[in-house]
Amino acid sequence: MSKVEAITLRDSLSLSLTVGAYGIAFGAASVANGFSVLQSCLLSLLTFSGASQFAVVGVLGAGGSAISAIATASLLGVRNGLYGVIMAPRLKVKGLKRVIAAQVTIDESTGVALGAEKRNEAAMRHGFWLTGFGVFVFWNLFTLAGALGAKAMGDTRAWGLDSAVPAAFLGLVWPRLESNRDRLLAVVSMVFALAMTPILPAGLPIIATAFIAIAVGLRR
Amino acid sequence: MNAFWIATIGTSVIAFLLKYSGHSIPQHWLEHPKLQRINALIPVALLSALVAVQTFTEKNKLMIDHRLAGVSVAVIALLLKAPFPVVVLAAAVTSAGIYNWL
Repeated sequence: MSKVEAITLRDSLSLSLTVGAYGIAFGAASVANGFSVLQSCLLSLLTFSGASQFAVVGVLGAGGSAISAIATASLLGVRNGLYGVIMAPRLKVKGLKRVIAAQVTIDESTGVALGAEKRNEAAMRHGFWLTGFGVFVFWNLFTLAGALGAKAMGDTRAWGLDSAVPAAFLGLVWPRLESNRDRLLAVVSMVFALAMTPILPAGLPIIATAFIAIAVGLRR
Repeated sequence: MNAFWIATIGTSVIAFLLKYSGHSIPQHWLEHPKLQRINALIPVALLSALVAVQTFTEKNKLMIDHRLAGVSVAVIALLLKAPFPVVVLAAAVTSAGIYNWL
């Protein structure tokens, strides 16, 4: 491995710590919604994708079925697959290394890698691996801390966790609202999901909004 | 096996398969601009729906309670460009305050 540039190291580490800290919110939300500490930690180790993890605990917590929860989380995980398509020709790894690369292919590792690509190819690879591993370590440690903390709390509503979950979703969607089209889609999706809540089984109103997104994307 | 285990394992398996298949399929398969656009829009729709459902519903009923106050404070924090942990904490503190003392 060639020498890692200080700027790559700094970007990777600062992002890993920041994102890792979200893990506290996830661990706490997960336990507040009925998952065990072990299940919360397994989700962070194996699913390892923040939005998908929040979705699976959010949908089950709202009374949705396991299938609805898995479907919603998986739709949110599709973008990691697209990141894989972008990263594969740049990383050029096979076998076990490819399995590991796939597991740490997330928003942050791909983002840092593409940001570092302008400097040079080595910086791009270093950025990917350092950020991927860094986020993985901190995300899992903080998940455990959050899950244990929530378990010690008892009534999680008294600690505001039932608001922390929607606030976390809001924090995740906020940076994606770049254009008026995005903002309109967000509002329509909210209204649609609420309007369908008394009618459809829990979980389905959320998944159904994916079709609104597809319709908008196909139009222009 | 209960719903929580099924969801934990099912989500994890599919999440990995999605990531791994991305690393294994030819790049030109997914270059269509419409696919790229839909891929960017789906998280906007799903995450927004999750915000609404988690804030305003309880089981299959619509409801306004202490959570609305928490999420409103989160909106204000985001408008003020607060970092993610501050947004979540501000929502939790507000919500807990109203739940416990009102």
